[in-house]
Amino acid sequence: MRIGANLLIGGTLFAVVVIAGVLAPWLAHTDPVMDANLMNAEEPPGGAFWFGTDAQGRDIYSRVLYGARISLTVGIVSQLINTVIGVCLGLSAGYWGGWWDDFVSGLTNLVLAIPSLIFALALMAILTPGLTSLLIALGLTNWSFTCRLARASALSLKSQGYVQAAKVLGYGDVRIMVTQLLPNMLGPIIVIGTLGMGGAVLAEAALSFLGLGIRPPFPSWGSMLSDARDQITTAPWISIFPGLAIFITVLGLNLLGDGLRDILDPQGRAGKA
Amino acid sequence: MFAFLLRRVLQTVPIILAVALLIFVLFSVIPGTFASSLGDDGRNVMDAQVIERINRQLGLGDPLHVRFGNYVLQLASFDLGTSFRTRQPVTAVLAARMWPTLQLCFAAMVIAIVLGVPLGFVAALKPGSLIDTLSMVGAVSGLSLPKFWLGLLLMYLFALKLGWLPSFGYGDGGLRYIVLPAVALGVAPLALLARTTRAAVLEILNADFVRTARSKGMSERQVVHWHLARNALVIVLTTVGLQFGSVIGQAVIVEKLFAWPGLGSLLVDSVSLRDIPVVQGSILVIVLFFLFVNTLVDVLCALIDPRIKYS
Amino acid sequence: MSAEPLLQVDDLRIDLALGDERFAAVQDVSLSIGRGETFGLVGESGCGKSITALALIGLLRPPLRLAGGTVRLDGREIQSLRPAEMRRLRGKRISMIFQEPMTALNPVSPVGRQIAEMFVLHEGATWQEAERRAVEALASVRVAAPERRAKDYPHQLSGGMRQRVMIAIALACSPDLLLADEPTTALDVTVQAEILDLVRDLCAAKGTAVLMISHDLGLIANACRRVGVMYAGRIVETRAAEEVFRAPSHPYTSGLVASLPLLGARARQGRRRLKEIAGVVPSVAGFPHGCRFHPRCGRASDLCREDDPAPTPLPGDGLVRCHHHG
Repeated sequence: MRIGANLLIGGTLFAVVVIAGVLAPWLAHTDPVMDANLMNAEEPPGGAFWFGTDAQGRDIYSRVLYGARISLTVGIVSQLINTVIGVCLGLSAGYWGGWWDDFVSGLTNLVLAIPSLIFALALMAILTPGLTSLLIALGLTNWSFTCRLARASALSLKSQGYVQAAKVLGYGDVRIMVTQLLPNMLGPIIVIGTLGMGGAVLAEAALSFLGLGIRPPFPSWGSMLSDARDQITTAPWISIFPGLAIFITVLGLNLLGDGLRDILDPQGRAGKA
Repeated sequence: MFAFLLRRVLQTVPIILAVALLIFVLFSVIPGTFASSLGDDGRNVMDAQVIERINRQLGLGDPLHVRFGNYVLQLASFDLGTSFRTRQPVTAVLAARMWPTLQLCFAAMVIAIVLGVPLGFVAALKPGSLIDTLSMVGAVSGLSLPKFWLGLLLMYLFALKLGWLPSFGYGDGGLRYIVLPAVALGVAPLALLARTTRAAVLEILNADFVRTARSKGMSERQVVHWHLARNALVIVLTTVGLQFGSVIGQAVIVEKLFAWPGLGSLLVDSVSLRDIPVVQGSILVIVLFFLFVNTLVDVLCALIDPRIKYS
Repeated sequence: MSAEPLLQVDDLRIDLALGDERFAAVQDVSLSIGRGETFGLVGESGCGKSITALALIGLLRPPLRLAGGTVRLDGREIQSLRPAEMRRLRGKRISMIFQEPMTALNPVSPVGRQIAEMFVLHEGATWQEAERRAVEALASVRVAAPERRAKDYPHQLSGGMRQRVMIAIALACSPDLLLADEPTTALDVTVQAEILDLVRDLCAAKGTAVLMISHDLGLIANACRRVGVMYAGRIVETRAAEEVFRAPSHPYTSGLVASLPLLGARARQGRRRLKEIAGVVPSVAGFPHGCRFHPRCGRASDLCREDDPAPTPLPGDGLVRCHHHG
């Protein structure tokens, strides 16, 4: 099997970020939260501080490494929640039809009518800022595409012979959905999931940037950039590295998703481009 | 045609109502209230009695169903309530901020369409060429860029270092002020439009009817003009509609970064201040705007693609 | 009948690129079609008949490529013409109709306009004049209420009507040669006969020669004067239509004829199993060595396994590729 360039490059980039996050405690030079020494404030990159320091004198390099943990956690977990919700709702809606299908479709239309960032923002406004709230907020706002896909797949697959056979054998509905229908739609779902992770990382960064996500002093890449704005004239390097980290992570996930799409979803059921 | 339009418009009404309900329910459970956030700068903790009095004044003391009833009545008369912070009617507050947001979203979409669609076209007409590879690599990068980072970099380069453009704010409303925010907001939809257009054109180029067109003796240019353009337009238009929604949402980020006085920055500020009526009102208006754009796109698609009306 | 055939194809070869390798999907194909003659090309799916037609009109696209042989139209070689020159021939001297009329027409353009395009392209007509002539063309393909139909879109028409539109388009400029690639396969049986009659009548009236492609031997034998049987990228037999049925030479042709279910056969002969040709059509990448049909052939011998048979002429302007023909 020829591995596409997308898959290779994307996978590598993503792997690098994951390793950076996992090994952060060993790779970092300082504690990202506690080691703030105002004497070192706004040092340019070089010497002991590979990426320079921020306004509080914290080592940006270490904070970027630890930030990877946050971004990856949010990206992976929230997308997982999205996928589970989307699959459960969509699969059951397509399979059972009737009023449940109408309800789910209505719910999907409702959620789709609100731009996802706004929705997440509103949810974060209600919940106390922090990692768990972020996971909930992002996990509840991005399941519509998966839901649509699962529903469409369920609709087209449920009349297949093997599903009828399973029913005759006495399989319960849930068992049919999980063992017969789900495996046949995994490909596009994985593709959407991967691309969705990239979106979740961007969303977390955006919310943290706006002050509604991970609050300082925790090292979220987004909140680091929010701080950076005030220092842009005096210490522009603070703006570069966290953003670069976000870019590399999301780029890796996007390329990975594209590459996976070529293998798992050649007909583009997960949506084009 | 008119029936189709009417049907589409009527379909949006229940959605708007549902969104209004959702927003109301969400924000009625918000912890901490406007009053408590007034003293929330860590220095003073407000007296509990004072908080309670302010709350009652703002109508927050009534039971939930009463509040919801009032809310619906207000909505029916297009009254969005009064801002907790400024005591102005919410509609007035929103009205002042709507135009800048519209300008920004419009400018960003113009950039995205004018640059993205032709790029996708050219890339599809020469697949595998250098321009194709470069533009697709550029597109996926554009999709991966955080808007606020891009904005910061643009700000740094063009405003601070080169001094060509102002670094933030609305200024006198002149074109110079909108350039950086619009670019920061428009790069992602540009990238997506380029990719979608490319995919659509490639698919059409391999379609049977294009083979027929070639068999008639048409040159590639004629094929593109006579047959391809309209077919690709439907797909592109649908994507534009979807992207508009995303742009409206993402505008929040760019507005905050560039201190752009629009609905987005208003929303963020109001959330921090717990100014609920303004929050609810802004979300409602944003959703309304989004639904309007969607309906418009649907109507345009129906005008172009004869298959839609009849299905 | 003039001595010079309208279309003369010699040793046509079409290559298919799969990964880094090249396979000959069609090889050593030779045929000739006289002015106004109807020639049938018959074979199973995947034998290469469609791509042969595409090669003749210059519409092969990668990974397929015309790799050898000559195609002469009216004595002039056209297989290596520059794209612009080949384009001048398409629609004007050679036309093609395809199997799936629904997808073969532009979904967002009225059918009248799609016919009118021919007149604008090739005869310099104004759009107004062209649309008028398009209505006439619709009438000639026996479409009722042609002025109204001309404004319809493809999805509003039935399959049979769409195919009539395709025929109107293809014959609009009275080409010398019409390539018909399975024109009735996607249509209802009742409509098939109408369409075939239409093609026959119109082409006879305009003097257009027809290369009719189908997997249906019965259809071909009825509609065509001469028949070429294709298997695995090669023409294995060329005969006059009646001869093909009466006395097929090649074992493959015999198999095809024998496998046709005949009306009334059960009454005459009692209940019998349908005869089939054992085995499956080989894929392009795995053509057998020697005679390509030998794994499925009842008459195969060692010679067949080794040696690819050369064409043997048959009486009556036919030929056959078989060591054991007859």
